[in-house]
Formats: sequence, structure tokens, C-alpha cells
Amino acid sequence: MTIPFLSVRDLTVDFDTEDGVVHAVDGLSFDVEKGTTLGIVGESGSGKSVTNLAVLGLHDPAYTKISGEIVLDGRELTTAPRRELERLRGNKVAMIFQDPLTSLSPYHSVGRQISETYRRHTGASRGEARGRAVEMLRRVGIPHPVSRVDDYPHQFSGGMRQRVMIAMALVCDPDLLIADEPTTALDVTVQAQILDLLKELQEQTGTAIILITHDLGVVANAAQEVLVMYAGRAVERGTVREVLGTPRHPYTWGLLSSMPRLRSSVDVPLVPVRGTPPSLIHVPPGCPFHPRCDYQAQAGPDLCVGDRPELSPHRGHGDACYLTPAHKREIFADQIKERL
Amino acid sequence: MSRFLLRRLLGAAVILMIISAVTFFLFFAVPRDPARFACGKICPPETLELVRHNMGIDEPVFLQYWHWLIGIFAGRDFTYGRCDAPCLGYSFVNQQPIFDAIVDRFPTTLSLTIGAAVVFLLFGIGMGMIAAARQGRPADKIASSASLIGASMQIYFVGVLATWVLVDQLQLFERPAYHELTADPVKWFSGLLIPWLVLSIIFTANYTRMTRSSMVEQLSEDYVRTARAKGMPSRTVFLRFAWRGAMGPIITIFGVDLGALLGGAIITEQTFVLHGIGELSIKAVVNQDLPMLLGVVLVAATAIVLFNIVVDAAYAFIDPRVRLS
Repeated sequence: MTIPFLSVRDLTVDFDTEDGVVHAVDGLSFDVEKGTTLGIVGESGSGKSVTNLAVLGLHDPAYTKISGEIVLDGRELTTAPRRELERLRGNKVAMIFQDPLTSLSPYHSVGRQISETYRRHTGASRGEARGRAVEMLRRVGIPHPVSRVDDYPHQFSGGMRQRVMIAMALVCDPDLLIADEPTTALDVTVQAQILDLLKELQEQTGTAIILITHDLGVVANAAQEVLVMYAGRAVERGTVREVLGTPRHPYTWGLLSSMPRLRSSVDVPLVPVRGTPPSLIHVPPGCPFHPRCDYQAQAGPDLCVGDRPELSPHRGHGDACYLTPAHKREIFADQIKERL
Repeated sequence: MSRFLLRRLLGAAVILMIISAVTFFLFFAVPRDPARFACGKICPPETLELVRHNMGIDEPVFLQYWHWLIGIFAGRDFTYGRCDAPCLGYSFVNQQPIFDAIVDRFPTTLSLTIGAAVVFLLFGIGMGMIAAARQGRPADKIASSASLIGASMQIYFVGVLATWVLVDQLQLFERPAYHELTADPVKWFSGLLIPWLVLSIIFTANYTRMTRSSMVEQLSEDYVRTARAKGMPSRTVFLRFAWRGAMGPIITIFGVDLGALLGGAIITEQTFVLHGIGELSIKAVVNQDLPMLLGVVLVAATAIVLFNIVVDAAYAFIDPRVRLS
């Protein structure tokens, strides 16, 4: 068995706040292989972004407690010293954020923002780094990169800005790219372009990508593996075909039923997941999804409010739900499939 | 840039005209007679008329303002003789040319302002930065409470106390006094040291708080997180990214403060018996000395208006999104 490129084991992230301890991530495990894309899906506050900021060590250590293991290419990151993390960020692990307008510095030209990352990690000269910046802008499809390299972010359109962001993230050929909702702030037509660009660049460089999104359509398009998160935990994991084709967890069913589809008839109503996401300070006992779940009774009396269900099996298509596999197949076939 | 300057300078001229006109009319809005004040207790009507005429206040207010305005550009003839441009008139009280009086006092005020500004920028921004970098930790709490105490200090009290302790008792410092920089730089420095420190206490406190809050705000911005995510060392993140964004509001306030200080630090000048613009303005008000009052108002207004232009130009320099046109 090979060691995965990025391996996260039993990751727990707690924040100290005035209202109490927020359990943002609670016992999360997943792997990402080189050259593949893992989509992490879940609603706001499910811990998607927190997990990935933890991989980069971007939380304020004064208010954050991180435990578990994050092993990247054989290196343990949770205990790594700050300087080592600084050398890793932007170099081996890069990140793209949701809103390219606020995420790029308004005070520096795009060329400078790209080249300073390159110089920081390679020690290249100003001239070399500038050349590299132009090359990167060309690779991400910015027209006339030579004349645009000295422009500022506000002089670009939203889609172009996100391309700049991608150029900046990829300038050091990172082994892992974390894209946190990279298309959420963009027009639909531009979304597809950005996803295609990421795919194309991944084919060229073999970068592993973690794609964080709440949009299952994006996942279907761009990822091979999916991890569905709820209240800081993984509730379902598998390949895109498995999770989107034969979903097993009631929360995944809910997500899929609430998503509009082009091919389905207009008569099929969208079904939102009822209730609201749980408080992460007082997480419900047992399965955190049980207050919103319609299938508790079928799982067995008091099973869902007792112990927390574990993700099983450990490899392949897994889910954290007490329903028996037969039940899951039956419910999906009888009630869920028609809504999709 | 040159178009921006031209436009803004023209605007500044208009503002200064409005301010001087308002000062002029407000002065006469209160029933008063500067001539009687200048003439003294026993003043026969004929003498009073003559004094009025000499002062130029026997004319309608509009005409007086017009003469005053023209005098700035073309000079003016008085009973006492010719007053060359730029002519701001003569003092009602001692017939000294206003322009000369201001030129005479300005170096004191300028020295006081520059020295104090250096002190409060250095300490205020420095302490604010440290507080922001050590958010919630002891250094932050010390800086924050120190600035709260500093902001509630009174210049006259601290000034007198500081002079008494540092000069009279401990004999560590020179007695506050103004010596010309060109004549004796050492004396200039040592004579102004206590006034600088005392004047800058409140400013230091305010700049500490402003810098801290501005930096804290910037540090939570997305672009600062991006800078960290791309591996920039924390010092670079702090100085090159966050500070760049935090500077704006501080520069704006600094422009206003600098302008106000150049218009005369009245309380500080009174506390340390320094003869600057601030002292002139108090005398002008007390003596109903209209030309002097106009003169000091003009100095203060010019300083504030000019620094506003400088601040706007600086903004465009810091933030490429701001355009000068």
C-alpha cells in the first residue's frame, strides 16, 4: 500500500470564543493523491474551509487548538514550526480564495504579487521573477500579459482576477492546491472557464487539488473523489460516481434533492434540507444530523441519539449512518431517486 | 498631477476667501467699536472719528473687506504710509504690520509643530503597531491603557508639572524657551524638548489607538490572509501588506492635526510662554484686533487646506485605486 500524498487523520480544530468552544472540525480523516482532485462539499459552517486553513497552518494559535495528523509528502504539519510552514505555503501548498477582489492586495500590481511569491521561495532575481510572472499570466490565459503585468487588481474583471489568483498560487509549481470556493463569486460562464483552467493546469503539472465548494455541480465537473462534510465531520466519502450516483447518507440525499437540475421536469419540486445547521458549540449528541433526519426511526430506536456513527468502510465508498445498507438502497431507490 | 494641483489650489483660494469673509462679517456682527477700544477711556468724538478713519472702519463692511482683499495682492495705502503686497493691514493695537508679525512668530510655531509631530508619529504609530501585533496580550493591554491615560491628560497641568519636576527639581532639562534654530541648534532643541513631549502626549495616545484599530482591521482582511497563505514572513505581512492599508486613515488625521497645529498650539504656547501664532490669536481676540484676527485665521486655514491637498495626493500614491482627476 502506498502512502497517500496528503493524509489527514482524526483532525480536530477547536476555536476558543467568548460564547464557548467551537468544535469546527471533529475527527476528520481523508487522503488526497497526486494528480487527483478531491471535492469537499457541505453547507456553510460545516468545517470545509477551516480544515484547509489548518492544512496551511493559517489559524491564530492563540485561539485555536488543532489535534490529529496532517501529513504532506511524509511531513507532519500540525507540529511543524512556523518558519517551516511559511516556507511550505505558496511553495508546496498553495491556496485560491473565494473572492479574488478582496483576496488580492489592492496596493500592489498583479505582477509584483506573483513575482514576490516566486522570489520568496526560489530566491530568483527581480528580472527572472518578472519574466516568470508574465509566463504565468500567459499560462492562465490573460491576454497581453506583457502589458498587463504592471496593472492592479481593480483593473481586471472578476474572472481575470481569479486567473491572476491561480497564476499566483501556481507560480512555484505546488504539489497541492487548495481551492476554497474558487468560482462562487464569479459569473456562471466564467465559472466553467475557471474550472476548465484548473483541470488543464492539473494535467500539465500533476498537482493534487482540494476543491472546496457547496455546489455539487462543480464537484461533478471537476473532482474524482468527494467528501461530504456536516458539522465538522465527514458523513460520506467516495468517488464522484459513487457519491453522486448512489448516495447513501441522508444528508447527501438532502443536498442532492435541493439542487436544481436541467434535465428533470419542472414539476419535480426542489426539497430543501429541513431545519438549520447545528450550533458548533453545542453539537447534537450521537449523529449530528439526527435532528434534521427523516429516517431515524428506520435506523432503530435511539440509535441515532446515542453514539456517533463512524464512517465505514475505511476505504472506498463510505458513510456515517446507522441505516443498514439494505435500507439505504431501498430508501434511495424508492424516495430519493425520483427527485433527482 | 499638475491638473489636480491647479484645480485644488484654485479651490483652496476660494475656500480661503470664504473663510476670511465670514471672519470679517462675524467680527462686525457683534456690536462693538474697536476704535473706542483703541482710543482709550477719555476719547473726544473728533479723535474717535479720526481713529476710525485711520483704522479704515468708517467704511461699509463690504468695502472694508474689498480693500483688505485687494491689499493682499496689490498692497494698500494707509494714513501711516504705504503697505506693500502681500498686505494684511496694520494691527489696531500697535500699528505693527500684520504680515511682519506673523512672519516673526511663525518659526516658533513651526518648530513646535514639527518636533511634536516627529514625537507623536514615532511613538503613536510604534505603540499602535506593537499593540496590534500583540493583540490581547500584555503589551497590547499596556499600550491601550497607557493611551487612555494619555488621552485624558491636560497640557497646562502636565506642562507645569513637567517643568517643575524636570527643570526646577531634577535639573535634567533646559527651561522651555524658543531659540532660533539657525542661531543655536542645540539650544533650539533643548529649549523645545519639554514643550514637544508635553504637546505630543495627547496626540501620541490618539495615534496609538488609531494605528492599533486600523491595523487590527487590516490584519483580518482577505488580502492579508492571502499574503500569509503564499508564505510571506509575518514581518512582511505586517509591514508591507497590513500597514499599507492601515496608513490611509492615519494620514488623513495627520493632515488635519498638522494644519491645526500650524495655526497655533494656543494652550501649549501659553503654558510655556512661547511666542508663536497661538499667542497672537489670543491677543487678537482679546484686543478686538480685526486685522490680526484675520491674519491668524488665514494662517490656520491655509495650513489646513494645503495639508488636505497633500493628504489627497499621498492617498493616490498609497492606493492605486484612487485617481487624481
